[in-house]
Amino acid sequence: MAHPLDIPGPLSEMDLMDWFEAAADKNTHAGPRRTFIGAGAYVHHVPTAVDHLISRTEFFTCYTPYQPEVSQGTLAAIYEYQTYTAALLGMEVANASMYDGPSALAEAVIMACRITGRNKVVMPDLVHPNWRQVVQTYTRHLGIEIVNLELASDGVCNPEKLAAAMDHETAVVVVQSPNFFGCVEDLDSINRAREESGALLIGAVAEPMSLGLLKGPGAFGVDMAVAEGRSFGGSLSFGGPALGMFAVKSSLARKMPGRLVGKTKDTIGRDAYTLTLSTREQPIRREKATSNICSNQALMATAAAIHISLLGASGLREVALANLTAAHYLARRLEEIAGVKLAFDKQFFNEFVVTLPKDPGPLLATLASVGYLAGLDLGRWYPDMKNTILISATEVHSKRNMDDLVDLIAREAI
Amino acid sequence: MSVESQRGINFREEEIFGRGNPGREGYTPPWSGLAALDPESALPAGALRGELEGFPSLSEPEVTRHYTRMSQWNFAVDLNFYPLGSCTMKYNPRINEAVARIGGFSTLHPMAPQEQAQGTLRIINDLGRWLCQISGMDAATLQPAAGAHGEFTGLLMIRAALTERGNPRKKVLLPDSSHGTNPASAVYCGYEAVTLPSGPDGRVDMAQLDRVMDDETAALMVTNPNTLGIFESDIIRISRLVHDRGGFVYCDGANLNAFLGKARFGDMGVDVAHINLHKTFSTPHGGGGPGAGPVVVKRELAPYLPFPVVEHAGDGAYRLEYDRPQSVGRVHGFFGNTGVLLRAAAYILSMGPQGLAQVAEAAVINANYIRARLGNHYHIPYPGRCMHELVITDKLQAEYGVTTLDIAKALIDRGFHPPTVYFPTIARGAMMIEPTETESLETLDGFCEAMIEIADLARRDPESIKAAPVTTVRTRLDEAAAARRPQLRCSLCG
Amino acid sequence: MEFPKDLKYSKEHEWVRVEGGDTAIIGITDFAQDELGDIVFVETPKIGQDLKAGESFGVAESVKTVSDLYSPVAGRVIEVNPELEGRPELVNESPFGEGWIIKMKMEDPKELESLLSAQDYRDLTQKG
Repeated sequence: MAHPLDIPGPLSEMDLMDWFEAAADKNTHAGPRRTFIGAGAYVHHVPTAVDHLISRTEFFTCYTPYQPEVSQGTLAAIYEYQTYTAALLGMEVANASMYDGPSALAEAVIMACRITGRNKVVMPDLVHPNWRQVVQTYTRHLGIEIVNLELASDGVCNPEKLAAAMDHETAVVVVQSPNFFGCVEDLDSINRAREESGALLIGAVAEPMSLGLLKGPGAFGVDMAVAEGRSFGGSLSFGGPALGMFAVKSSLARKMPGRLVGKTKDTIGRDAYTLTLSTREQPIRREKATSNICSNQALMATAAAIHISLLGASGLREVALANLTAAHYLARRLEEIAGVKLAFDKQFFNEFVVTLPKDPGPLLATLASVGYLAGLDLGRWYPDMKNTILISATEVHSKRNMDDLVDLIAREAI
Repeated sequence: MSVESQRGINFREEEIFGRGNPGREGYTPPWSGLAALDPESALPAGALRGELEGFPSLSEPEVTRHYTRMSQWNFAVDLNFYPLGSCTMKYNPRINEAVARIGGFSTLHPMAPQEQAQGTLRIINDLGRWLCQISGMDAATLQPAAGAHGEFTGLLMIRAALTERGNPRKKVLLPDSSHGTNPASAVYCGYEAVTLPSGPDGRVDMAQLDRVMDDETAALMVTNPNTLGIFESDIIRISRLVHDRGGFVYCDGANLNAFLGKARFGDMGVDVAHINLHKTFSTPHGGGGPGAGPVVVKRELAPYLPFPVVEHAGDGAYRLEYDRPQSVGRVHGFFGNTGVLLRAAAYILSMGPQGLAQVAEAAVINANYIRARLGNHYHIPYPGRCMHELVITDKLQAEYGVTTLDIAKALIDRGFHPPTVYFPTIARGAMMIEPTETESLETLDGFCEAMIEIADLARRDPESIKAAPVTTVRTRLDEAAAARRPQLRCSLCG
Repeated sequence: MEFPKDLKYSKEHEWVRVEGGDTAIIGITDFAQDELGDIVFVETPKIGQDLKAGESFGVAESVKTVSDLYSPVAGRVIEVNPELEGRPELVNESPFGEGWIIKMKMEDPKELESLLSAQDYRDLTQKG
């Protein structure tokens, strides 16, 4: 090599920590209790035991479980994750994970086009904007047409408008619930609206913590469901590692992308787990594979399984209820401010849109300067939605945290 | 439930579903101090779920034991040698874990204002710059979450550049020794994957390439060193040929450990490459992920990088640039597996330039040491010196009815993780051995002695190998039954 | 290894049994099932589908490989073996019997003449 590397180091452990701590100090964001942004990455408190358990080196310094006799720990954890994911999403089968919710959605869209032999995808603008961008990128060269349906002004999908956008070329319809504005969609009506066209239906979930109270999309008859699983066991970490949850009806299991863990027996009849249905995947089927995915987010799936196991059925419900309670309290308090109102008269879980009497830009900047992430200015994605912000409250927000936020907004909004 | 010790301190552990007593919880979430809302007053009645059935009701100690016991059923780099070829199972330094867990990084919301995210943006920018230097390229994206994700991203950029030149072209060429992700990624970019038979020495066959490289070929995807552990010594001529006919050269960087700090993709004529941070840059594999597959490109392709791109402005601030009209689009919901990027950055800084350059030396010497020791006992299909990994086969043992699978399982009983087996497919019964640089001579000798002992047993007592593994928590599995009647979840849960 | 004399064979390792004039039963040979190993799934065509001679009509999957199935003759699919969905192992256990894959109405039974005899097919498999 002609040129020596212009890279600092080597640094001792102590110097290295100093270097990174100095960099981390330049992240001047609000702490979790003062962060009221969700938008696909929700603030939750992950039980301390989760990080300790995934820090067992047997979990984090092993590779893909290709040799099942010495990988039963990872395989059993992924089998648990698949079981929990399928149950929460109301589906029959879940895979071992995808990179993140958006790429899981893109893969589901491609799979839907492949199995229907159709090429039109109806996707309302109520789906997370970043997720829609990823779907665009993935489908661009596959002869797939994305019909970007503008339904934002209604706050939820209007089933008649959806039906009108579908025809016999429509492979699939994508619905996110709760949607990007936090509103719960009427999946039952949407499911009926797609029947005539014969299109498949994908239910997307950006906040799976909602599933502690809400039925999964599978309960309404969707063919595939995807979710961003970070809320279980993950950290914000500027958005990654994330966790793509992917589930389908059992009739579609052999067509799905990604790794799958199945249960079988060993030579002396004991229950055991192994990677299975591998002929779908690229190491064997190469250019005919159901996807190019290889590495997934196994450790994050393990973390999700541990988090869910700690919560159990009652804990899941309790955390979901804490989110619902906090978000509705915050919404009601904000509405007490003159000129502030909820943008949509729709039911929501832990996230909602409020309309302010003026441009939210300066208000959000002022609040940021005193240590609050008060919400997201929606004008950036929806030009018609000036003066609106997207706000989320979760179990981490106390009454006091929310009252303080309301006082600050009241002072700045007028 | 009875707790039964299986062998010493290796515990049996039941499935978690349905266990415990209703009302028992392993975690108490924070609560706002408000009276709980009645869900029926706030949510549509038809959308509310009933009881989640089959989920456990366990205390924290019960859950902790469950996963701790399960973890003990795994083989891991921290337990012993893990020579899985093309996976670069090097030691994962613990300091990297401490770095990724610094609160200022781990609590940063991806939608936080850029001016409050300067620390993380700086590291994304620095790491991209360092990877460019290491690879001899000009620009980087750190969004791809894995190697295959990087392949897809890189090929999209090639397609965008060709489209702008007037013709996206139809085909991508790849050697028959390539990773399965390569053809699958090509198809995802709308290309036909065309396989190029390797030459007798296992390298790209120049005459073949000359015949098939035409003006409808968008790119050649090459892995260097290739999956046989052989350096593509013609790489500069290969690149020139592809460039002369208007195509691009994509390099799968899975095997970068072989020449890290010694040679650079950019100097080989490569236009685009991905780098597996979970291989070469020591971030843990986590049982299959998360990884990270940054893509590095030459200047000509920089306009097509996925958005947003991190820029370092003149005023010293780091900025996310979204206005990139030629960009291929967004490939990740946010900015990639940021936690993995932090670990890789920590690895680079703790090694420094000199340390990085020693990695490849030791990795290549270790692989050749194993080659020399096993050469008299196993068939080596492509003779000659190897790079960071070597391929052997079961040809000599097959005479006695002992296959690669049997050898792999017999290694497990001797405390070693098997190599990658039955890949690359161009060597029948392949075992691909990658020792990495972090193993001592004593460890390599232990592994070689185990391999030699197995070769000897294959001759003398093949049946003793057929039953392996016998020391593990489970014996060989009925994989046919698993695939015939798939049971992919516990039916208790719903 | 069996090579029943009353059947016709293709180079792609399918066999054909003629049943009542223009009906053909098709499966894969003993040799093919042995090469593939434990068959875990057989993807079959839709009833009513028209196939050309040499056209792929499905896939046989084992644990670690996949193999396309090719129709030795032209015709219309009139039946697929309903047992294979639940018991793909029938192809291993009884490749010429219970493990048959599809039944076709042949377009032109004369096409059979271009297929291999049991002896020719046996020779083919022994050449490697």
